[in-house]
Amino acid sequence: MGFFKFFKSGKEEQTAKLAKDRLQVLIAHQRTDRTGPDYLPMLRQDILDVIKKYVSVGDDALSVQIDQQDDCDVLELNITLPEDAESTEHASTVAKRRALERQQETGSVT
Amino acid sequence: MTKTIVVTSGKGGVGKTTTSASIATGLAKRGFKTVVIDFDVGLRNLDLVMGCERRVVYDLVNLVNQESSLNQTLIKDKRIENLYILPASQTRDKDALTIEGIARVMHKLKKSDFDYIICDSPAGIEKGAKMALYFADEAIVTTNPEVSSVRDSDRILGILQSESRRSKLNEDPVKEHLLITRYNPTRVKDGQMLSVDDIVDLLAIPLLGIIPESPSVLDCSNAGKPVILDDESEAGQAYSDAIDRLLGESKPHRFMEAPKKGFLSRLFG
Repeated sequence: MGFFKFFKSGKEEQTAKLAKDRLQVLIAHQRTDRTGPDYLPMLRQDILDVIKKYVSVGDDALSVQIDQQDDCDVLELNITLPEDAESTEHASTVAKRRALERQQETGSVT
Repeated sequence: MTKTIVVTSGKGGVGKTTTSASIATGLAKRGFKTVVIDFDVGLRNLDLVMGCERRVVYDLVNLVNQESSLNQTLIKDKRIENLYILPASQTRDKDALTIEGIARVMHKLKKSDFDYIICDSPAGIEKGAKMALYFADEAIVTTNPEVSSVRDSDRILGILQSESRRSKLNEDPVKEHLLITRYNPTRVKDGQMLSVDDIVDLLAIPLLGIIPESPSVLDCSNAGKPVILDDESEAGQAYSDAIDRLLGESKPHRFMEAPKKGFLSRLFG
């Protein structure tokens, strides 16, 4: 098929670029996991669990990174919330229910 | 001073055994007393690639369990002076190896004046792979220009930095080398394969060599001959260059350019 390829060369998909971009994200992630403090993966999981109480998000919705700026460590949290209405609706229902529960709890105490 | 070098990758099938065989053979050819150890207990293959499968009597597990002596267990290569093979056991599993047991074997090898101990790691990040890298002074991370291999290489680099003997004892870190195997410059040029620069960029460790995809690798393993002994082949020459760099020489990298095609072969090739 070299004959046809010759004429459309240049238009071929440059998949190597795609591979590099995907790997860059992955490897950065892997490295924070191993260079960051030991508690970082657990902290990430706990924060994710809290988010999941209110919004239904996937396990990859949260990225936690520790960067160094001058002489202080900066903890960076990045949360990707879903765009579709259904899950936001679900989330707001959950949030309302929880607010209600909390009111009832405080009510019973007083 | 004995130097211990692990050939590792995380991912399977990227060329660890081929590389171990050629690196060990290359070092022995340059006059260093070298032993290559197969750590893949249960899936022994180095003996086949080295062409000594019919001479295996005792193996690494026997030696660890003190059921055989070093002299009984080491297989002396018939082609190259100073080259010895320590085969893995085919019948036992990886639990047969312990750090203490391997430490005893390493100590014996050092007392026998070996210059280089090459450890051929099994795939994965389980016990066998961790045993193979534990005693390393240097590591050759074998990587294919392919997403899963690059990711796994980065993973194994993390393990080298946290679980090797050197890291546990707070000594100088294991010296890391990147060896890219099965490289196809034509596909790189067409943007279909990660380039050397891409991989060096991603993994951020010094480049030891680039082994081009070459039919002679299969030919040689069919025949039980380390590919470095095939002086004619590009892969053999690339391994030979890698040995020079391992020994501290600086050599320009070869076999990175796609062969130029004529108009007709571009049209019909």
